[in-house]
Amino acid sequence: MSAVALALATNPGGYLLVLAIVLPVVGMLLSLVAGGRNAERIALALMPAGLGIALVIAFGVWREQAPLVYILGGWAPPLGIALRADGFSAVMLVTAALVVAAAGYFARPLFATPPQRAEARAPLAFWTLLQGLWAALNMVFLGGDLFNLYVALELLTFAAVPLVCLDGRPETLRAALRYLLFALIGSVFYLLGAALLYGSYGTLDIVLLAEGIRAAPVVAPATFAAGGLMTAGLLAKTALFPLHLWLPPAHANAPAPASAVLSALVVKGSFFLVVRLWFDVMPGLASDAAMGLLGALGSGAILFGSVLALRQRRLKLLIAYSTIAQVGYLFLMFPLAAGSEPWNGQAWNGGVMQALSHAFAKASMFLAAGLVAESLGHDRIADLRGIGHAMPMTLFAFGLGGLSLMGLPPSGGFTAKWLLLQATVEGGQWFWAAIVLCGGLLAGGYVYRVVAPALAASPLDVRASPSRGREGIVLALAIAALLLGFAPPGFLGLLQVGRAAIVP
Amino acid sequence: MTAATLAGLTGAALVGLGVYGLLVLAHPLRKLLCFNLLGSGVFLMFGILARKGGAAGFAADPVPQALVITGIVVAFSATALAVALLLRLFETSGTVTLNPDEQRPE
Repeated sequence: MSAVALALATNPGGYLLVLAIVLPVVGMLLSLVAGGRNAERIALALMPAGLGIALVIAFGVWREQAPLVYILGGWAPPLGIALRADGFSAVMLVTAALVVAAAGYFARPLFATPPQRAEARAPLAFWTLLQGLWAALNMVFLGGDLFNLYVALELLTFAAVPLVCLDGRPETLRAALRYLLFALIGSVFYLLGAALLYGSYGTLDIVLLAEGIRAAPVVAPATFAAGGLMTAGLLAKTALFPLHLWLPPAHANAPAPASAVLSALVVKGSFFLVVRLWFDVMPGLASDAAMGLLGALGSGAILFGSVLALRQRRLKLLIAYSTIAQVGYLFLMFPLAAGSEPWNGQAWNGGVMQALSHAFAKASMFLAAGLVAESLGHDRIADLRGIGHAMPMTLFAFGLGGLSLMGLPPSGGFTAKWLLLQATVEGGQWFWAAIVLCGGLLAGGYVYRVVAPALAASPLDVRASPSRGREGIVLALAIAALLLGFAPPGFLGLLQVGRAAIVP
Repeated sequence: MTAATLAGLTGAALVGLGVYGLLVLAHPLRKLLCFNLLGSGVFLMFGILARKGGAAGFAADPVPQALVITGIVVAFSATALAVALLLRLFETSGTVTLNPDEQRPE
């Protein structure tokens, strides 16, 4: 059977993809009616199960070396909708399940409903939204239809925005509103682009659309407009420089577990769709100029985000600006990975590794900042002297996460940046290498700003020491980012599954 | 001028008005209204473009209609969420500006 025919028929492991989406949706709906106390139990019980499903999907993709496909209701595209999991989807599913579970177990003391107390609104909202966000992420990673992906993106926004303003303070409400407005404008542009594509090719299925665009004797001008509109909309949601203004207040003011999930996963959801658009839907239209523009915006993000991170007074704002810089690295993938040369494959692996290692490292750092803020009652960087002696495990985890952001070995961040650097050298595009190295140096600067005074021997009044278990979660995430640096060749092979089919 | 062209141009004009308003107007409620205007324009254009593309031979293509209805539901929920946030912001701070420099109530 041809690759297209294979992509339009359910294959043996395909039902797992449905489970990966349905499980958190069922949990979310049950939580809504069961109340905050039970919502916590449901969410925490489903997280290991969801992780198991994601791992089985990843194993299936790796074993078959081919994407898993499920055709909903047996209605084949273009009329029906397909769910597909390639290597990139599979690793993102596993990462999302791990980070959501870590954030969930970390959040237990923050959003608990003790037996003697009445149910409150915040715990119910948090546990329901966390599951909704997880379901939407899985939909984004598995969706094979551009309109279905639009709905998934909107669900992701609707779950993420209220998480920003759970405490209801005016500044968090303001941050949430700004975030919502940016996200809504982004998705309208995405929808307009999808409409143009449907008008030109009569389908929104990614595989059929790619075939239609490849087979067309002359590419319809509407295709270029659609690509531009959809990319612009998705960039606003990914907070790529210069559309990043909404991110720092939203991510820095949210409760720590929400910040972790927003920074580690939610911005990756829309980035994932930019990758789908340019590498899967219209690989033939990925011109050097268009890809160069994305790379240039990414470079701007790396430099601008890092310099602003150096100037922040609050720890959570510093970490939020660092997210803007690290998102920039993801976009260096576009000028380097478009093509069928071996070094293009390396750049692809580098970009995916950056997405994974940043997810773990940033989740760990936001949770560490959350523990610091709980113990001290503030997160002013100037007043963190000596925190390393009061909370050594938390600071150690923060430092390990920082190691990955800087791109020092051994860490996932090092592997990611090393693969990107190799691709710049082999592809003769050395100017991106200068940006990667410069960004690493600046990241070293802003991590040092926190870690160096924290190690100073000065007495610090800590209100309450965090529990070992929660410190352990933070450390485990940092170690996961570190372990990615030891990824075996088989893992890098998994990232390539499904990519070969898209390169003409 | 055919009815389809007229509808398409109306959609384009709505999109233009919406984008202009989003860029120029500062009040969040006005921005929200502009988002709805922009959305309506996109929905109108979705229907028209679909008639000219994949469904050119059919009397009616059900897919874009299903998509537009879903889109309207999504835009409606988005508006409801934004209005709820705006109301809560007004209750807690007495003002709805997004600009941190003008946070004090008049």
